[in-house]
Amino acid sequence: MNAKIQPGENQPGRTAWQGDFVRRDRAWHPPAYTPGYKTSVLRSPNCALISLEQGPAEKTGPRFARSMLHEFDNDLTINYARATGSGGEAIGERIIVHGRVTDEYGRPVPETLIEVWQANAGGRYRHVKDGYMAPLDPNFGGCGRVITDAEGRYFFRTIKPGAYPWPNNGSDWRPAHIHFSIFGEAFAQRLVSQLYFEGDPLIPLCPIVNTIPDKRAIDSLVARLDMGEMRPFDCLAYRLDIVLRGRQQTFFENLTEGM
Amino acid sequence: MPVEYRKETPSQTAGPYVHIGTVPVACGIAMRQNERLDSIDAPGPRIVIEGLVLDGSGAPVKDAMIELWQADAQGRVGEHGLWGRAVADFKDGRFFFHTVRPGTLPWRAGRMQAPHLTLTIFARGINIHLHTRVYFPEDAAAQAEDPALNRIEQVERRKTLIAERLGDGQYRHVIRLQGDRETVFFDM
Repeated sequence: MNAKIQPGENQPGRTAWQGDFVRRDRAWHPPAYTPGYKTSVLRSPNCALISLEQGPAEKTGPRFARSMLHEFDNDLTINYARATGSGGEAIGERIIVHGRVTDEYGRPVPETLIEVWQANAGGRYRHVKDGYMAPLDPNFGGCGRVITDAEGRYFFRTIKPGAYPWPNNGSDWRPAHIHFSIFGEAFAQRLVSQLYFEGDPLIPLCPIVNTIPDKRAIDSLVARLDMGEMRPFDCLAYRLDIVLRGRQQTFFENLTEGM
Repeated sequence: MPVEYRKETPSQTAGPYVHIGTVPVACGIAMRQNERLDSIDAPGPRIVIEGLVLDGSGAPVKDAMIELWQADAQGRVGEHGLWGRAVADFKDGRFFFHTVRPGTLPWRAGRMQAPHLTLTIFARGINIHLHTRVYFPEDAAAQAEDPALNRIEQVERRKTLIAERLGDGQYRHVIRLQGDRETVFFDM
């Protein structure tokens, strides 16, 4: 827990009783039961979710101090090799991934932790359970993290992950993707999702992508090629903006019992 | 036309390799030191929660990542809140949190909530994380007034949120994703 932010450390104070977060639109998110994605069949609740007003535990959440980050946490092209001491660099297409985190009202979400993980350029994960025949890259771990700045911006450098097959239907391949996890300022905003890359023809074929019912929602997970932020003779850039639930204004104190 | 706002980024499953990004050491990536996120050091009575997530066939979910968010022993969240993260064992699916017993939390309109832990479950096959709570069997009186438990219409289902006491400060809690005695999950 050394990583937890301490009171007064680069965070404006917020009380538990500020406004509620906008209710999640669960018709926009994927439902739990999506038989095209076979694992969801036995891992989805049959009963409806119980809706409840937000209390202090939902309207606050963990904060993470910038001081917990290691020097190359947001540079996946070198962070693993530096940690293991090999000193090399990962093989693959060098890219910057960046964007801005805002809430649904467009307010920036500053100083929030984003964690990312991904396969290497060949689609192989550095994980004891990944038995895909594509080789590991001795200089690539595939995990990184970054904390957004005061304007909600984030950026990391990595290599573009490869597509890989997975045992769903016999012919399923995941599009190239980067998993990301973001905390926001309250546990109600907690979100884990996946970033895809513009133009990838595997996106519309993927049963996991297609758990999301709305094409516009899928499109909001597709990072755009960003030639404005590419580095000449070095790396391309992709941009993905992330939107978290918005915090409502407190026009009136909520006194309803709600029961 | 109603007022339109930006839409929240849609969720996707954390997938089978969630550990790479969230608990690298669990999958054999030794990149970070001193990150025992399943052991929370804070003042108060120590407790151990042994957890298990079961799928709709009763099989343990061995690739889950579970997060904890709870009040401290005095019932405070915000900057005093306690956060942790645990990984289901790759062989048997069990996970553990070593933490402190949370205090009674305030609720809306001056009411109180019985001591509880909030757990969120991320795993392959779970498209959007599942949000649940763990209460303690000794707190029956406070639980009778608890707003979350009372929101659950079927009284039998409330029991799915009460941990089993194994001994002093030791609890076991089984989360059933689907079917018989399915755990209650919340939309907060």
